[in-house]
Amino acid sequence: MNLSGLDLATPLWLSLRVAGLATITASVAALLAAWGLARRSGPLPALLDALCSLPLVLPPTVLGYYLIVLLGRRGVLGHWLDCLDITLIFSWQGAVVAATVVVFPLIYKSARAALEQVDRHLEDAARTLGASEWRIFCSISLPLAWKGIFAGVMLAFARGMGEFGATLMIAGNIPGKTQTLALAIYDAFQAGNDELAALLALLTSTVCAGLLLTAELLLKRKGRS
Amino acid sequence: MLALRLVKEFYHPHTHFRLDVEYRFQKDNAVLFGPSGSGKTLTMQCIAGLAMPDFGYVRIDDQTLFDSKAHIALPVQQRRIGYMFQDYALFPHMTVMQNVAYAHTGCLPSFVGRQEKERAKAMLERFGIGHLARHLPEQLSGGQRQRVALARACNADPQLLLLDEPFSALDPLLRQRLRHELQELLLQLAVPAIVITHDPADVDVFAQELALYADGRAHLVPNYAQVRSQFATADDCLRYLQQAM
Repeated sequence: MNLSGLDLATPLWLSLRVAGLATITASVAALLAAWGLARRSGPLPALLDALCSLPLVLPPTVLGYYLIVLLGRRGVLGHWLDCLDITLIFSWQGAVVAATVVVFPLIYKSARAALEQVDRHLEDAARTLGASEWRIFCSISLPLAWKGIFAGVMLAFARGMGEFGATLMIAGNIPGKTQTLALAIYDAFQAGNDELAALLALLTSTVCAGLLLTAELLLKRKGRS
Repeated sequence: MLALRLVKEFYHPHTHFRLDVEYRFQKDNAVLFGPSGSGKTLTMQCIAGLAMPDFGYVRIDDQTLFDSKAHIALPVQQRRIGYMFQDYALFPHMTVMQNVAYAHTGCLPSFVGRQEKERAKAMLERFGIGHLARHLPEQLSGGQRQRVALARACNADPQLLLLDEPFSALDPLLRQRLRHELQELLLQLAVPAIVITHDPADVDVFAQELALYADGRAHLVPNYAQVRSQFATADDCLRYLQQAM
């Protein structure tokens, strides 16, 4: 097995960094969206809900394509970003944007379901006690729904670790710069380096499985206390 | 004390419900009596601001809480109406102290300032549950939960208390005893209170005035005690009043 000169740490660290940052960004956005749309009915909330869930069903390449149209140099937002000297295309920050969009619906869906399961009477009781909607969210809804939200966040992180399609489209596959674990595996396999591909696949699986297991144990322990 | 007219309609594929009530309570203790689904809880939600009537008004003394013609609809938070839910709706992740102090704490309910703590403690003592301050709601009995819910509502300094079936979550033996305890507490508090019930025994204890509900309409009985004195039991009296509706 020829693994000399092999750099496992770079793609691993890049994957962790991209997935971590994407999960944090998506968590904030998804929580706000879930809070805003929970228990709302009507045509507009339904439309917004569909939009928020869309990345879940669209092929990642389609998302990548949209992101390029939006953020590319000639894109709608790309022009503004260019003026601010920010380049997202072919940079690791671009990979973060791609992963954020991909994992957003995972957190949004579970957060919305969890928030809607909180007993409505509790929120109404807080209202009669003079609490603002924001305070109710922080002090009642969030603490009571955190388990469901946390499960969604962990799922999102694991999914972010494995993000491939949209990342490839927007950030490319530049070793040492935008080559995450998932991309490195594809590269190694294409190059016929089966040992490396196997090793990277094993590494990815271990990290993701470890994460999900930790999350499960954390939830169990908190649930008992 | 309370004057209201409420109209609210619901259209569902199979049912159509219309609440259309208008009355005025003059005395401090009133009861809304009627079968389930007659609009009592909806009336309370409209008074508290948790539901929005299609049309009408809600006034307490000189203050208008809601008036569809004048486009006034105070938010729940500004109405100063204490609401005790059927299931008491205690916050399960907070201690009794945190629950009772909630009206005066910030975004982090586990942080209760010294002043707020003193205030909540005084309220707990007043309700005879000072020793339960550190308990979680799940560790309390039904009667204790009721007291905590009432203490929490009162700690927000309400101008009117709404009690939605205060005894429905309790077993019948306990009900009997707590009914009188609750009445004594309400007298002590000197806050006007409206009680929802479908139990005639509650009516006898709490009603100075009575609004009889049936099918979304309400009929006011201004002097319940006088009518009641002509009957042997509360059951007979209420049956007679309902038939006369």
